[in-house]
Amino acid sequence: MSDCLKDKVGDVLLPGDIFSFEIKPEKVICGPGLRRNGDEILVCKSGILRHKQPNMYWIDSQQKRYVPAKGESVIGIVTAKSGDIFKVDVGGSELATLSYLAFEGATKRNRPNVKVGDLVYAQFIIANKDMEPELVCIDSCGRSNGMGVFGEGGLLFRVSLGLVRRLLAPQNAIVKELEKVFPFEMVVGMNGRVWVKAQTTQHMLVLANLLESCENMTAQQRQALFRRVADGAS
Amino acid sequence: MRETPLSNCERDFLLKAIQEKKRLEGRQTYDYRNIKITFGTDYGCCIVDLGKTRVLAQVSCELVAPKESRPTEGILFFNLELSPMASPSFELGRQSELLVKLNRLLERCLRNSKCIDTESLCVVSGEKVWQIRVDVHGEEVTVYSADERDPIPLSIYHMPICVSFSFFLQGTYLLVDPCEREERVMDGLLVIAMNKHREICSIQSSGGIMLLKEQVLRCSKIASVKVSEITDLISRALENDKRVRKEGGKFGFAESIPKQRITALKSDEAAIEMTDMEEKAEGIISSTEPPSEPVPSPVVRAPGTGQVGESLENAWGVEQLEEEEEDSVDHVMDEGQEKEEEEEEESQYCNKADVVVISDSEEEEVVVLHQEAQVDSKQQVSGPQQPGTGDSKKKKKKKKKPVQ
Repeated sequence: MSDCLKDKVGDVLLPGDIFSFEIKPEKVICGPGLRRNGDEILVCKSGILRHKQPNMYWIDSQQKRYVPAKGESVIGIVTAKSGDIFKVDVGGSELATLSYLAFEGATKRNRPNVKVGDLVYAQFIIANKDMEPELVCIDSCGRSNGMGVFGEGGLLFRVSLGLVRRLLAPQNAIVKELEKVFPFEMVVGMNGRVWVKAQTTQHMLVLANLLESCENMTAQQRQALFRRVADGAS
Repeated sequence: MRETPLSNCERDFLLKAIQEKKRLEGRQTYDYRNIKITFGTDYGCCIVDLGKTRVLAQVSCELVAPKESRPTEGILFFNLELSPMASPSFELGRQSELLVKLNRLLERCLRNSKCIDTESLCVVSGEKVWQIRVDVHGEEVTVYSADERDPIPLSIYHMPICVSFSFFLQGTYLLVDPCEREERVMDGLLVIAMNKHREICSIQSSGGIMLLKEQVLRCSKIASVKVSEITDLISRALENDKRVRKEGGKFGFAESIPKQRITALKSDEAAIEMTDMEEKAEGIISSTEPPSEPVPSPVVRAPGTGQVGESLENAWGVEQLEEEEEDSVDHVMDEGQEKEEEEEEESQYCNKADVVVISDSEEEEVVVLHQEAQVDSKQQVSGPQQPGTGDSKKKKKKKKKPVQ
């Protein structure tokens, strides 16, 4: 069935690699980096092939440029107000739009208070290659659900998309270990932007630098570093 | 592509941090970013790393007719490029404001200060002169101050070096060598080009800020200190390069640029097993004969060799265990050897690294300014490191060993 895919799980694949099936395969779900072309599956990103039961496959790649995807939550910067929409920079190739009605409790009369330069945590409702991406700050029930304008007094910085995915993974070791160093608030957007807030400026700077350095460290190195920082901080 | 806009939150934070005398990378107010100078295999080519900014400069020359107004002088030409590979906000084929500004700054600083003896470039008066062309390519986000050195035969009178100062909150706060984000919130910028004889070659202020006389004097004092440090660093790097070339050791970008691997997902570093490997290997060495000859390193053989990645090693190495890594190393060195012999080989490399000068000089070519025990700045280098310089060097070496 999907044996040829299964054999390659954990291998590095390059764009242009092709999987073709001799027997018609059972249903296969292609994630990021894989795309269907007729009866074949094409690899369109370089990275490691991952598999999840029963038959989900995707490519785990390391990149810095964000490509909007529907349903992903990102941190955007409001760059302009034009009529009834805000233009939001999400780090993609195009600015995303955000309607002023897409906030919790917003009506035509009751406009949300959003200024140019504000940070918004929002979700993509439209994201495809042919259309302008669109964001919303409410879920399907009309609740804000943690989204909206935020960012008073914190520090925003960028990390790679791979690190962001690792930070957002449930049961993530990095965040768990970091919690022990000192208390902090954190917002992680799938577009590689991370916002942190801690008690002092020093703490925020340390946090930002720690997270940035997590990229190139093994678990042991990271633990040793965190321990050292915790000793110094307390 | 536009630049990423600066959010209010970042602006507020930066200003607040500056008021608290803190900076993003954990630098102090007067600290420079780490400077690293590396030279290519050919003369007249070098890469300067300044923090995360990387600049490549290439000096070339050709015979041209001199200008009519100056028949006895050579021509010095600067060409600055900001390629979109460096940052998506740099556009191709259009001269941005930044580019013109930087190019002008370079010209003013290097040509107008007459730091190179242009008359010595004259071959036949009125007919032929050398045109020295300096091509500078920015990589990554380009920030200020890069200086071009020219190869030894050129007579250089002095080396002007730019030091940039940024002012915040109407000149209340001053920072040396601002990074990109700091530059975006600053009120004014002052660039002083100075040589080590404390002569100011050019001075440029932008941003429309009123500066007091005392401030400018203070800046020039700071600049003189920084310039002497950097000049020292450059001459040390040049000397080092010269020595290595003479000794026939390894030089060039391929040897000196660190490999920036993504090790985050790696299960373990190979460095750990090296410790007991050494002891084990020692025993094996004493009992067996030494191998016929060490296999040369597989990196780049000749200048201009195209290569993607390094040899057979897999830099992604996610679920790979140490054995696999070892395996790939040995593949490179020699195929089809016994495990024992492999260990022997490795130990050979260890010993080599301890004794031979090559690796030593390679290390020293990496000259780092301001290696204070700043926790934050340290973290840019991968791996936990002790504050001491010597210690960190040792660790670097250790990591390099399995690769060689």
